[in-house]
Amino acid sequence: MNNLQSLSYYWPELLLVTIILTAVIYDLLTKPSESQRVGLLVFAGLILTLFANWFTSAERNITLFLDSLALDPFAQFFKTIIIFSTLFVILISRKSNELRNYRTGEYYTLIAIMVFGMFLMVSAIDLIMVYLSIEVVSISSFILAGYLKKDQRSNESSLKYVIYGAFSSGLMLFGLSILFGLTGTTKFFEIQNALAGLDTSSHFALIIASIFILAGFGYKISAVPFHFWTPDVYEGAPTPVTAYLSVAPKAAGFALAIRFFHVLFTDAGLLLDSGNGISTIPWPQVLAGISVATMTLGNLVAIQQSSVKRMLAYSSIAHAGYMLMAMPILSGNGVFAIMIYLVMYLFMNLGAFFVVIIVKNKTGGETFEDFRGLGWEMPIVGIVMALFMLSLTGIPPTAGFIGKFYLFAAVIKAGPAFYWLVFAGAVNSVISLYYYMHVVKVMFFEGESKKKLLFPSVLESTLIITLAVPTLLLGIYWTPIAEWITNSLRFYYQSI
Amino acid sequence: MVSNILSWLIWLPVAGMVAILLIPRNKVEVIKIVAAVSTGLQLWLAIMLWLNFDSATGSFQFMENVAWIPSFNISYALGVDGLSLPMVILTPLLSFLCIFVSWKIDRGVKGYFALFLLLDTGMIGVFLALDFFLFFVFWEVMLLPMYFLIGMWGGPQREYAAIKFFLYTLVGSVLMLIAILSLYFTCGYTFSIPELIESAPSALDGSLWWGMSAIKVIWVLLFVGFAIKIPVFPFHTWLPLVHVEAPTAVSVILAGVLLKMGIYGILRINYPMLPDAVFWFAGALAVLGLINIIWGAMCALAQKDLKKLVAYSSINHMGFAMLGMAAVIAASGLHGENYIAAQAGITGAVFQMFNHGTISAMLFILVGVIYDRAHHRDIDGFGGLAKQMPVYAGVTMVAFMAGLGLPGLSGFISEFMCFMGAFPVFRVIVIISTLGIVLNAAYFLSAYKRIFFGELNEKYSGLSEIDGRELFTLIPLAVITLILGVYPGPFLNMIKETMSVLIDQVVLIGNFAVIP
Repeated sequence: MNNLQSLSYYWPELLLVTIILTAVIYDLLTKPSESQRVGLLVFAGLILTLFANWFTSAERNITLFLDSLALDPFAQFFKTIIIFSTLFVILISRKSNELRNYRTGEYYTLIAIMVFGMFLMVSAIDLIMVYLSIEVVSISSFILAGYLKKDQRSNESSLKYVIYGAFSSGLMLFGLSILFGLTGTTKFFEIQNALAGLDTSSHFALIIASIFILAGFGYKISAVPFHFWTPDVYEGAPTPVTAYLSVAPKAAGFALAIRFFHVLFTDAGLLLDSGNGISTIPWPQVLAGISVATMTLGNLVAIQQSSVKRMLAYSSIAHAGYMLMAMPILSGNGVFAIMIYLVMYLFMNLGAFFVVIIVKNKTGGETFEDFRGLGWEMPIVGIVMALFMLSLTGIPPTAGFIGKFYLFAAVIKAGPAFYWLVFAGAVNSVISLYYYMHVVKVMFFEGESKKKLLFPSVLESTLIITLAVPTLLLGIYWTPIAEWITNSLRFYYQSI
Repeated sequence: MVSNILSWLIWLPVAGMVAILLIPRNKVEVIKIVAAVSTGLQLWLAIMLWLNFDSATGSFQFMENVAWIPSFNISYALGVDGLSLPMVILTPLLSFLCIFVSWKIDRGVKGYFALFLLLDTGMIGVFLALDFFLFFVFWEVMLLPMYFLIGMWGGPQREYAAIKFFLYTLVGSVLMLIAILSLYFTCGYTFSIPELIESAPSALDGSLWWGMSAIKVIWVLLFVGFAIKIPVFPFHTWLPLVHVEAPTAVSVILAGVLLKMGIYGILRINYPMLPDAVFWFAGALAVLGLINIIWGAMCALAQKDLKKLVAYSSINHMGFAMLGMAAVIAASGLHGENYIAAQAGITGAVFQMFNHGTISAMLFILVGVIYDRAHHRDIDGFGGLAKQMPVYAGVTMVAFMAGLGLPGLSGFISEFMCFMGAFPVFRVIVIISTLGIVLNAAYFLSAYKRIFFGELNEKYSGLSEIDGRELFTLIPLAVITLILGVYPGPFLNMIKETMSVLIDQVVLIGNFAVIP
């Protein structure tokens, strides 16, 4: 579809761009003390975008802008997830003490720009678009990570993020250009077609290209060995930004990786072992190896942390590893499992970070020491945090268990060849129990009964309870989510 | 008769928990009364269930089945048979008594009783679930309240004990989850336990995973999961620690109900679903039972802490049940189709589960009684208490005698049945394990002597006699022990038919041929 025709299908994004521009102008006109209002504007705009996204009918399955973007149910699913996590993060940002001393107008604008970038990421089917969308998201996140200008750690985190980000996107760009050189096109479907007829002498170049591209994706979803930026960035960035980075860009990264591997290297839903030009790379084994390395490293290092925020940073690496478990068996079941896990992960991980924000507002710190006796002092926060921790571990009846259940099921269904992967996931779940329960332990087992109970503000309580209720309910009844994902499990597919 | 009685049994404690959460935290008495009423009603329902239970059939009764997650074929399916009924009676009984055992809890009362009721739901849910997914959910739901109850209301090392318990059981659970999913995908995409019992033996036949029969792989995964709970040597190390640190009521529940879940799981899941592996594993099971018996008794003999002694005696008693379970192969053609022995062994194992539930509950309550007064449990730290607390000494005598298997008390019958069943098949093992009975007598009697006889320790001349509330928790258990020791007939009849069906499932459907 040509550019002009595409516009009429593109109005959710156009709406989003309008909101971004309005936010920029509005921010110029308001006093610094009232810059929080930009957040409300963006919030309202995102709700409109959410509806717009829903109304661009789920049944639509087309490409836009000369085959550079796909408009399909798969992309719409991820857009919904991204908007939901953004809405939560905008609300909690209003309550964060860290951001209180800064003008936050541009903060919310940058978040909106990130949303736009992620919208492009989840629907990109063109190499140029892949690169551009990743850059839009990355550059906004660099600024957001360093938003606390007077805080050294935040500056450090931003700088590290820029260096790692620049390096890995450079690698990725290199890989993409080799791929372009091999196939002569930037369109996914044409590449797939060209790869099938690739001369065997080009295999080495193809392997190099694949590894470089993998580095780019790995960086975005913080998979080992491309994860080194994650802990420092997550620790230094303002906590709401950390919460955001651990959910939304990760989801977008997974969407892009799934689409990329699915289209380029698969045939009828299975990663090819043979027959295609890519056969020289044992993709399932490579991806499985990355998955196990990612979850194991994330969990083992998380145990040693003394800061809850940093612990959650490593735990989010581990969760990326769990989701990667389903990548090697990139069948419908695997993708389904990743998608349902992302929904569950959205609630529990944002919830855990929000509790960290509440505690930081109260005590000014985010170490385990700051959580001591929390369950006795602020029972609601303590109980809700315990629920998030259990869910992150994957104990029924919580949402996290259902996510893991589907991941395990997808891998087990693939047959005994992948059992080692399930065992690795199982062992890791047990390891993760130790540090998640450490939080519960300091909250409840230490400290004493208090005469006077503390309660967080209405907005904070509402937010964490809004996240806690699905964390529990989705562990008991998740049919609506499962149906939604089943309906969303349709890529745009073109055979040439 | 109440309709949907099984659902009521499961959800009554949850209703009580919700009610407790709504009560202000300073209304301590109201909270306790709500807890007592909800478990009391549950007990009444369990008795109603027992009275309406048809002992003449071995199939599931009072079944309920509602689709839960149709896309994954998960349903909310409940049912009760002769295997689960003893535990369905025992669970509310002990929960009800434990509310009174915990009456003097003074810290975080609201949380304690709310968690206790949640634990109750998890336990009874495991025994009633007929859907493997539901079974797993209930199995895991128990972990959380246990973790908090040990970690918040336990002894000095409670934090370590709580996380050790949680980690050990979670290892078992994840292995079980892998086995559940393997069964689901290989046996016709169902979680229904009755359907899996039908389909699993043939569906798994002949499939090899890594050169080993899939049947064996799944058996091992499930067995380890259940063995950690029983606990079978060498997975037992969590038990003494957790018992010592846990508050009295939690110890009672742990020994009385939680340990039984392992045995229950093996009989409910492993035996009928993987009968081929029963023949492969029965010898190992008997040997493990022997190790549990001897090892548990030897360790108990060496203990200075009375509660640890009782904890090790639990390991010992579970060994008898394992020996009885292994006897099921007596009914196979290889062993002369000795149905009587198989029946005796496996019925004895189920009976032993129930008896150990009542006896160990008594023992732990008694340990709690003395600990509340003297604030220590050192066996050698007392002496001559019989003069100071004659009633307590008397009740303890009954419990200790039941524990060491004195004829006339229920423990003797079940241990005898386990031996009787196992004897034709595992002659040597049975002969060695009778040594365990002697050791049992040795440690119980020597502990009794050191605590109650001899000179009265001056420090404890002011100890008050066991009070009415404590007696109220002990008398029902003692009476049950006595009645079942003299007249176990009706109780055994209730179990018998189901066991016949189970034996048939194992020996008629199971294949004696050596599986790879």
